[in-house]
Amino acid sequence: MTQEKFEKKMVEIFQTIASTGVPLPAENVDTDQIIPARFLKATTREGFGENLFYDWRFDAEDNPVIGFPLNDSKYAGQILIAGKNFGCGSSREHAAWAIHDYGFKVVVSSFFADIFRNNCLNNGVLPVQVTPEFLAEIFAIMKVDSSANFMVNLGEQTFTISSTGESTKFEISTYKKECLQNGYDDIDYLISLKGEIETFEKMRA
Amino acid sequence: MIKLEVVKAETLFDKIWDAHVVSKIDGGPSALYIDCHLIHEVTSPQAFAGIEKRGISVFRPDRTVATADHNVPTIDQHLPIKDKLSRHQVDKLTENCKNHRIELYGLGHPHQGIVHVVGPQLGLTQPGMTIVCGDSHTSTHGAFGAIAFGIGTSEVEMVLATQCIMQPKPQKMRIVVNGELNKGVTAKDLVLHIIAEVSVGGATGYFIEYAGSAIENLSMEGRMTVCNMSIEMGARGGLIAPDQTTFDYVLGRKNSPKGENFEKAVENWRELKTDEGATFDKELIFDAANILPMLTYGTNPGMGVKIGSVIPELSAIKPTEQESYAKALDYMGFNAGEQLIDKPIDYVFVGSCTNGRIEDLREVAEFVKGKKKADNITAWIVPGSKQVEQQAIEEGIVDVLEEAGFRMRQPGCSACLAMNDDKIPSGKYAVSTSNRNFEGRQGPGSRTLLASPLTAAAVAITGKIVDPREV
Repeated sequence: MTQEKFEKKMVEIFQTIASTGVPLPAENVDTDQIIPARFLKATTREGFGENLFYDWRFDAEDNPVIGFPLNDSKYAGQILIAGKNFGCGSSREHAAWAIHDYGFKVVVSSFFADIFRNNCLNNGVLPVQVTPEFLAEIFAIMKVDSSANFMVNLGEQTFTISSTGESTKFEISTYKKECLQNGYDDIDYLISLKGEIETFEKMRA
Repeated sequence: MIKLEVVKAETLFDKIWDAHVVSKIDGGPSALYIDCHLIHEVTSPQAFAGIEKRGISVFRPDRTVATADHNVPTIDQHLPIKDKLSRHQVDKLTENCKNHRIELYGLGHPHQGIVHVVGPQLGLTQPGMTIVCGDSHTSTHGAFGAIAFGIGTSEVEMVLATQCIMQPKPQKMRIVVNGELNKGVTAKDLVLHIIAEVSVGGATGYFIEYAGSAIENLSMEGRMTVCNMSIEMGARGGLIAPDQTTFDYVLGRKNSPKGENFEKAVENWRELKTDEGATFDKELIFDAANILPMLTYGTNPGMGVKIGSVIPELSAIKPTEQESYAKALDYMGFNAGEQLIDKPIDYVFVGSCTNGRIEDLREVAEFVKGKKKADNITAWIVPGSKQVEQQAIEEGIVDVLEEAGFRMRQPGCSACLAMNDDKIPSGKYAVSTSNRNFEGRQGPGSRTLLASPLTAAAVAITGKIVDPREV
């Protein structure tokens, strides 16, 4: 990658995060739940956070649903901890925008849907995939201690439960890691490949 | 020892993918060239804003085609859209296409319709292509032997800017369906059966190739229905090797190669198949004889059963999944272990990129001919495109539907995702030919049961859940 191509920094720089989290143990949470379709009428990327999980957060009269983790004052922080197969269904990037806009920087799960994972990475939200056992451990700890602290270190690719020191490695491609650490994005990179793309087109013609 | 020269056996997926890699980052994604980019009003405005912010123009405007579908009304399309936000979004698409010289099939245009119905019927979709769109059901186009998949808006921006996206290569899965489908069993039942077996996340990380005689015997419409729902088991996409059925469908369409060029194209397309001995990361084999009309009872497309059977008991569900399972049944107002047959239904929706094609409407019309819609049913029949609508009028399908008490609406995504006014009211049951039964998918509080057009037609006539083979 050539540095000068990436001055605009469309993506936020991501290094380490120490934060409490919000648990959402439900499995197969689809992007229609993360951001219902009727909120997709905007033409900008901003403001989706207020409608994040709208139909789970609010009842039919728009009153907060008591007990839903995002309405529970016990829980707060930049880390969303979710059940397996998080983000399945629609490709709407609005789901990643809503999560980011709400204030989450990291989503932890034992399994992510493909398109959602890409959308997160393209918006400075780090998907951290852990084993089902480790995920169960996190949920168990949060049940006892709702303000449990977690450490996410992108450079080391580790997720650590601060109180117990238990730590796990997570996968991310070197390319995507470099993008997040430096605030680069794929579009900057692809624009730097314009010459190669044109050559490719000529060869096929 | 004798040394044999080994020619590497390749899968169809590998052949197409490798032919589109512009460059690859070691241990990372590839820059993949995109032949055809489809856009619509909901997932494109932020991408256009992005390239404008960067001060760049669309790199290959002739490789992007636009239509308005997700957010359009399905009645009175000649009038201005009432909902201000929807109107603004559709207007924004028009403005962006004009500014960036992109072909647009907007409201009122004879080619307007659901993006995945429009692409194939205009011959934009061709074997061997890479096709993307900011919509997860882009997998539909895989029916033609193309690598087609849904992308996010940042990726839409990448394609607008460079005609490429950065993609990690998925793993490969082959799903073989041997034998012949039973009478009254459709492509929709076939794919709902597969999803129920594989589960809603079971194909995540994979690109599927569908094969076997039951797949080969499907029409192009049927193949599109199958590939369309690949995403519902988490797959990146699904494709089917092109054959004579494919070539016959592509021939003579607006954007298809013409004359000698078509012959030449077919010659190349015939090479698009998985070589004998090529390996897949995972292979599943089904027997078509075991597939019967299907219906979903829960809140993801993997929660489906044969219409005549009962909703699984809680004890049959993995302990870790029991809580989600109970929550889904509670949302649906169903109990574990109970029969679905004879349950009263309120709404029937026939349409969407899964089952909104002419063949689907023909099937419904043939079934309801000479019968009357049940009084308790509100039925919405929404053609996938203006072209489908026109064909339905010409074939007399609309007359048959009207005689049976139905009224056809105008093209769009409609109640599949209920972005427009076509919302199923809270607590009501809808038997729907669409692709997703998520909580609130068809409107807040709506309860969706996914089925084939044939089953939907049977339910519309009887007013309750019924096996279409028994009506």
